[in-house]
Amino acid sequence: MATYLEFIQQNEERDGVRFSWNVWPSSRLEATRMVVPLACLLTPLKERPDLPPVQYEPVLCSRPTCKAVLNPLCQVDYRAKLWACNFCFQRNQFPPAYAGISEMNQPAELMPQFSTIEYIVQRGPQTPLIFLYVVDTCLEEEDLQALKESLQMSLSLLPPDALVGLITFGRMVQVHELSCEGISKSYVFRGTKDLTAKQIQDMLGLTKPAMPAQQTRPVQPQGQPFISSRFLQPVHKIDMNLTDLLGELQRDPWPVTQGKRPLRSTGVALSIAVGLLEGTFPNTGARIMLFTGGPPTQGPGMVVGDELKVPIRSWHDIEKDNARFMKKATKHYEMLANRTATNGHCIDIYACALDQTGLLEMKCCANLTGGHMVMGDSFNTSLFKQTFQRVFSKDFNGDFRMAFGATLDVKTSRELKISGAIGPCISLNVKGPCVSENEYGISGTSQWKICSLDPTSTLGIYFEVVNQHNAPIPQGGRGAIQFVTQYQHSSTQRRIRVTTVARNWADAQNQLQHIEAAFDQEAAAVLMARLGVFRAESEEGPDVLRWLDRQLIRLCQKFGQYNKEDPNSFRLSDSFSLYPQFMFHLRRSPFLQVFNNSPDESSYYRHHFARQDLTQSLIMIQPILYSYSFHGPPEPVLLDSSSILADRILLMDTFFQIVIYLGETIAQWRKAGYQDMPEYENFKHLLQAPLDDAQDILQTRFPMPRYINTEHGGSQARFLLSKVNPSQTHNNLYAWGQESGAPILTDDVSLQVFMDHLKKLAVSSAS
Amino acid sequence: MSQQGYVAAPPYSQTQPGIGALSPPLRGHYGDPSHPTPPAGIMKPAGPLGPTAPVGVLPPGPPNSGAHQFVQNGPNISGYPQQRFPGPPSASDAAPPYPPYSHMPSATYPSPVSSSATTQLTNQLGSMQIHNYGPGMASGSQGIPAPPSAASFQGHPQLPQPAILQPGPRMPPPPPSMHNGLGTTPSLPPASRQDALPGSGPPTANFSSLPLSGQPPGPGYPPQPGANYGPPQMPGAQLSSPAGFPGGPAQMAGPMQPPKKLDPDSIPSPIQVIENDRSTRSGQVYTTNLRGQVPPLVTTDCVIQDQGNASPRYIRCTTYCFPATSDMAKQSQLPLAAIIKPFATVPPNEMPLYLVNHGETGPVRCNRCKAYMCPFMQFIEGGRKFQCGFCNCVNDVPPFYFQHLDHIGRRLDHYEKPELSLGSYEYVATLDYCRNNKPPNPPAYIFMIDVSYSNVKNGLVRLICEELKMVLENLPKEEQEEASAIRVGFVTYNKVLHFFNVKSNLAQPQMMVVTDVAEVFVPLLDGFLVNYQESKAVIHNLLDQIPEIFADSNENETVFAPVIQAGMEALKAADCPGKLYIFHSSLPTAEAPGKLKNRDDRKLINTDKEKTLFQPQTNIYETLAKDCVAAGCCVNLFLFPNQYVDVASMGLVTQQTGGTLYKYNNFQRHLDSQTFLNDLRNDVQKMTGFDAIMRVRTSTGFRATDFFGAIYMNNTTDVEMAAMDCDKAVTVEFKHDDKLSEDSGALIQCAVLYTTISGQRRLRIHNIGLNCSSQLADLYKSCETDALINFFAKSAFSAVLTQPLKTVRDILVHQTAHMLACYRKNCANPSAVSQLILPDAMKVFPVYMNSLLKNCVLLSRPEISMDERAYQRQLVMAMSVADTQLFFYPQLIPIHTMDIKSEILPAAIRCSEERLSEGGVFLLANGLRMFLWLGGSSPPELIQGIFNVPSFTHINTDVTSLPEVGSPYSQKLRLIMSNIQQKKPYSMKLTIVKQREQPEIAFRQFLVEDKGLYGGASYVDFLCCVHKEICQLLS
Repeated sequence: MATYLEFIQQNEERDGVRFSWNVWPSSRLEATRMVVPLACLLTPLKERPDLPPVQYEPVLCSRPTCKAVLNPLCQVDYRAKLWACNFCFQRNQFPPAYAGISEMNQPAELMPQFSTIEYIVQRGPQTPLIFLYVVDTCLEEEDLQALKESLQMSLSLLPPDALVGLITFGRMVQVHELSCEGISKSYVFRGTKDLTAKQIQDMLGLTKPAMPAQQTRPVQPQGQPFISSRFLQPVHKIDMNLTDLLGELQRDPWPVTQGKRPLRSTGVALSIAVGLLEGTFPNTGARIMLFTGGPPTQGPGMVVGDELKVPIRSWHDIEKDNARFMKKATKHYEMLANRTATNGHCIDIYACALDQTGLLEMKCCANLTGGHMVMGDSFNTSLFKQTFQRVFSKDFNGDFRMAFGATLDVKTSRELKISGAIGPCISLNVKGPCVSENEYGISGTSQWKICSLDPTSTLGIYFEVVNQHNAPIPQGGRGAIQFVTQYQHSSTQRRIRVTTVARNWADAQNQLQHIEAAFDQEAAAVLMARLGVFRAESEEGPDVLRWLDRQLIRLCQKFGQYNKEDPNSFRLSDSFSLYPQFMFHLRRSPFLQVFNNSPDESSYYRHHFARQDLTQSLIMIQPILYSYSFHGPPEPVLLDSSSILADRILLMDTFFQIVIYLGETIAQWRKAGYQDMPEYENFKHLLQAPLDDAQDILQTRFPMPRYINTEHGGSQARFLLSKVNPSQTHNNLYAWGQESGAPILTDDVSLQVFMDHLKKLAVSSAS
Repeated sequence: MSQQGYVAAPPYSQTQPGIGALSPPLRGHYGDPSHPTPPAGIMKPAGPLGPTAPVGVLPPGPPNSGAHQFVQNGPNISGYPQQRFPGPPSASDAAPPYPPYSHMPSATYPSPVSSSATTQLTNQLGSMQIHNYGPGMASGSQGIPAPPSAASFQGHPQLPQPAILQPGPRMPPPPPSMHNGLGTTPSLPPASRQDALPGSGPPTANFSSLPLSGQPPGPGYPPQPGANYGPPQMPGAQLSSPAGFPGGPAQMAGPMQPPKKLDPDSIPSPIQVIENDRSTRSGQVYTTNLRGQVPPLVTTDCVIQDQGNASPRYIRCTTYCFPATSDMAKQSQLPLAAIIKPFATVPPNEMPLYLVNHGETGPVRCNRCKAYMCPFMQFIEGGRKFQCGFCNCVNDVPPFYFQHLDHIGRRLDHYEKPELSLGSYEYVATLDYCRNNKPPNPPAYIFMIDVSYSNVKNGLVRLICEELKMVLENLPKEEQEEASAIRVGFVTYNKVLHFFNVKSNLAQPQMMVVTDVAEVFVPLLDGFLVNYQESKAVIHNLLDQIPEIFADSNENETVFAPVIQAGMEALKAADCPGKLYIFHSSLPTAEAPGKLKNRDDRKLINTDKEKTLFQPQTNIYETLAKDCVAAGCCVNLFLFPNQYVDVASMGLVTQQTGGTLYKYNNFQRHLDSQTFLNDLRNDVQKMTGFDAIMRVRTSTGFRATDFFGAIYMNNTTDVEMAAMDCDKAVTVEFKHDDKLSEDSGALIQCAVLYTTISGQRRLRIHNIGLNCSSQLADLYKSCETDALINFFAKSAFSAVLTQPLKTVRDILVHQTAHMLACYRKNCANPSAVSQLILPDAMKVFPVYMNSLLKNCVLLSRPEISMDERAYQRQLVMAMSVADTQLFFYPQLIPIHTMDIKSEILPAAIRCSEERLSEGGVFLLANGLRMFLWLGGSSPPELIQGIFNVPSFTHINTDVTSLPEVGSPYSQKLRLIMSNIQQKKPYSMKLTIVKQREQPEIAFRQFLVEDKGLYGGASYVDFLCCVHKEICQLLS
């Protein structure tokens, strides 16, 4: 094992885990002095083409409070057919099926390369996946048409036995019955009246007439599929019907007078969707897919009134406490999100409109249930169309890249406790001995429910070292953590993926350099950023920034090398060198800054930040900038205004946007049409290169980024200018006229200034 | 409306205009349960006469005073020059009879009656006899100079032509119990009653001699008096005096031969009256150029020409001559009312209404009372001004309307402008007359079908859906238009509602289920109400599918109020008026607003609480009705009940929105389809005015106070109707508030603002002028019995909501007696008290009134289904004069004697069992049902001809239509039936009844001259009873 970098990469590839620290400080006290908590980014379903699932049940530790899964770290006595749990040290008998094991004949789960292993278990009835479309009909004709086509197309992408349902809404909410021949039938609800789950089920005729209790029980299993079949039907049976039905879908027919918004009953529609699934298919994999083209304007969950002259709330209104519907609406959607999560279903939100659509209020629906959130300008854009298509993308095995109803159970060796998790999950409130009182994120539990996840869904999990200073860990001791993820695979199988990882302990007092070297600054930046964003949801922006700054300063104080009060002497080792820069960009990012963003945008950005894996998260924090020029092959350049040069083409990837920017000269050349002249074919290739690279990114990313092709002086160039480090601005005049990039018209501090301050503060003894 | 009391009795209500009917005095009569009812009933007659009427218990005093008055009046009258009958006997003879009478109240009433009854009777009989008219009459008749009826009729219509009935021996003033029996109480042992009647038979015999001798005297009759009677009887001559019987003399002769039995032929026959009118006026042209002219009877076919007064097809009045003062009106107790049928169908040979269009200025109206320009407006000052005939205000003639006057002060364009020369015409309404000042949208029809289990199972749903395809092809349209402007929508429901989107561009209909019945709403706007022709394919598709969709439904519960609500909301959302057609079969028991429970509570029958059974269970329906009227939503309800469905509650909205209620008990597809389908077709195709407001204006001195019909009243003057079709009539009662002038008469203008089927806003104006007179005789002369019965039926049926039924019945009997007594006293030439004298125009009033009293609505009998009573009550409330006439006196036509070659309808016969014959076949129709009664020995060739079976026993009575046999009998019979049916709003279900088989019972109920099956007197009994009351009143 050459370097920590390789080690980290290898571990990530094998286990989908990145720790902030790869060597762990062995005492609680030391750990807290490390500033960045011991934490990891876990991608529970990281794609592992090389990992065939095993077809049997995992072997569990027999101690009821432990139930850890047999793993390569366990001590095994092959002769006695015993194994010792490495978490609780319980000695367990192997089950009879393991009678034949020996050192030569080990089951997979004992082999070191299977620190991550996946079990397929045959438990419970297999229910098909469920997709419930909840479609807004208050759309422009064009938008509705595009949406209808996307939905019709999606039918061909669904697994044939999947159940689909359709709810449409506008002023009213319609639940469509799909099994009808010759007539299309729907149940209609008033969009202004909230209904309890019970009422909804009564009204949809999903409850059976009351029968004596003993009678109902045997009837139930057969009865249930029959009942639900009216609204949820296997795709292969009704795709023709549903295609026609979608084709005949009309815009909401209720007249909208001038100066009014259409009445849109999103709140009730979602409530009915949730109630419908709750009553028919609790605890099975189901997606409620909400397609909306504007803000909810009536009923529970309304975000704005129907008067156009009253604009939808802005951050300004929210700060002034002037958003009159926000609290109530948020409460409504939170209630729905919690119910949905309890049932193991998830809610996707596809919101396409030029104005805000109320994502701020509705975000919890996607956040708590692991659903997708997609924001676009119109359903008639490739952004939406391709993104939506990508929801149904398949992996190398031909399985859908989605899983449902997962629970993540985290087990730690006794020196560690679990502080919390940040990601698209809710707490299952399982309190155990390994649950820490020191809380980060969604805390107070060792188990979380993730209603929907895909191979990139990533959780940040935070730990606390609880080993006391005076109880040293023997040399070579390792701490272990086991992640047990039970989920419903898209093939409807129940599966369990178990990842067991261990790291060395080190005494921070005499082995600090080991710990320092094993710092994963990328993971640490993302994990800290998640903490910051999580706080930002509930705290004032400046407080969060201040907290982040303080953490950064403390970190620099701890790991920097400097002479007191001498900023120029300040140095950071390689493993920390990029960290301050990440923090600089994070402070400027839309995850923490709401300026220039609507509340919906902020919610949208934060939603994705809290679930993407490390690479994507880093891109979000610090966008990547590539430069294309005649001076050499494409190369990454500094995200700095100095990189904006006239003879370059820049390609910036911020995760949400892909920006291609032609430098001034290049733009002029293109205008002059050189690319069309045979003798300048190389220029044509230069122009083409970033486009091709951008396509590669566009093809793979979910959600599809906004694609911006601009040039020097173009209005859309702002996307680039707002991201780069403003090293040259109108304030530092010395840069004017020099051949060194473009000045940015901003008062924001540049990285240089930031670093100077940081150094000053780090070396200061005052702080 | 329901608040208003039963105001039939003028003495009470006249003093309280409008709603005042509930005022204390009235209540004293109707409602006060503290009165020991039976005696009260008896004494009541006296009540109204005396000033202290309100007092329920009649002390002997008041009657006496009343009697006195009569005594005094008598002579006055007799001295009246007009009186043609020499009254010699009366003046002198009358005196003696009185004493017994006046004595009677004191003696009889206070004492416990039963024991003394006999003696009383004997006394009376004795006294009667003594003063028997026999001789007097005879002489009188001889002395009558009046020419025989016919001549006097035409030539001198103004002559009083009373029918005088002389009930020979007095009707025994029956003991209280007996009196009640007349009303309904079953307590009277029929046998004794019958016996008693013959005794009193004399009334019928009319004249004379109703010798008791021949008959077995009633138990109470001492034979003796009978013996006395015999000989002295009246000569037939008396008969001639009533001009009503043209054939008088001959007929008389019959009775004169010593009849053993009271001859029913001798009491006034409705058939006779109808036939007389027919023979004199049928086929003629009746012009409405004279004020106060009495039109032909409703049963007479003639051509009506509008010459300044509305045709009787539109307006009929109870009397065409109003009393000049309210005192007179009180005295006579004759109700002053008009029965208005604004949208009546006119036959093709009469002129349809002219449409006047004044463009943007709209109709010319009086500035003060807002009456519309009409022939009663007088142009003055060379045509620059006009004086309103109603309020006398002088108005400027608008410049555009100016026209010079001719030498008699008439405008030169008098005959060019319908509003100047006609009684009825229409105006195009301007935007000011429209809701929200917007032109109205064409109306919409929404068909709402109950698809609960029973309706699906008995095939009704399929039947309706099939039929709708046909019906929709014939939606009503304006004559000049290509296609109907009416849009249609469809809803089905059980415990939830299903709306259908049938937009023309859909490949298949869309069904939208609304389950939120607590707060029902309309789930779609576009595509719910569509043009039938445009969406035909989708609609047919839908109608084909509805029976399939619900074929497996096992939902038994239904909702009802939410259905109406939904229909109304749909119309409201579409901003148009319209009709709902609801096809419903069961009590709405599902959890929803308007849920009803089964309350068919027979325990309440015959108690003061009985009236609650006519009231809705919950007030939701009243609120709903109000909302519906406000939205212009008319509810037509087709009920198919197998058990109690609470018509009183369910029908309320229908009633108040101008809708029609149809009821098919125990609907069986193979038997009842035709009736139902005819009703449905007919109803959909009916000429209808939507979103209507009617206002009745009158000239000064009187005004409209009460309105009865399928209407809603938000205030005291505006009659609102969500829709009004061509069969609906509103009965309006008038009261004096001042003296009327004989010169200017009493003018009435009825204006109906409505939306046509094509969505045009129009005003329909009907004007009629009536005479005024200070002579009571003129009043009685211009009465119309059919209109009177219509009024009495509606006012009584409206009173059952608030009054105990017994009170209602008593009032009817009493008022009948009072009207006749007043006539007798003030108009008839003096004669013996024992004579029953009827005004010629009211000759058949008693038989109709008796039929009304026997109607199941007024009969408190647990055997009769409460639903049926509520249903008939509701029907009658909206009926026109012609409908009530047939309803209360069914048409009974002998079929076996018909002339199959003749075009004309065989003459009807009287509704009495005696008129039937074993060897005959009779057809009976009352507007709701038809019966074909087959005598036990009906001629086989007739049976063969009609049924195409060899004999009586082969006839299948389980059919509701006659087979189409090519024989002339069959053809003629079916032609007769269709002729009868044609003019009537309800399709009559045919029942075939064989003599002496079970179903005959149902048939017999319609023989209204006979004693009722469930109580109710025979015609003869009733006459006796009335006569007795009259005598009491006169004494």
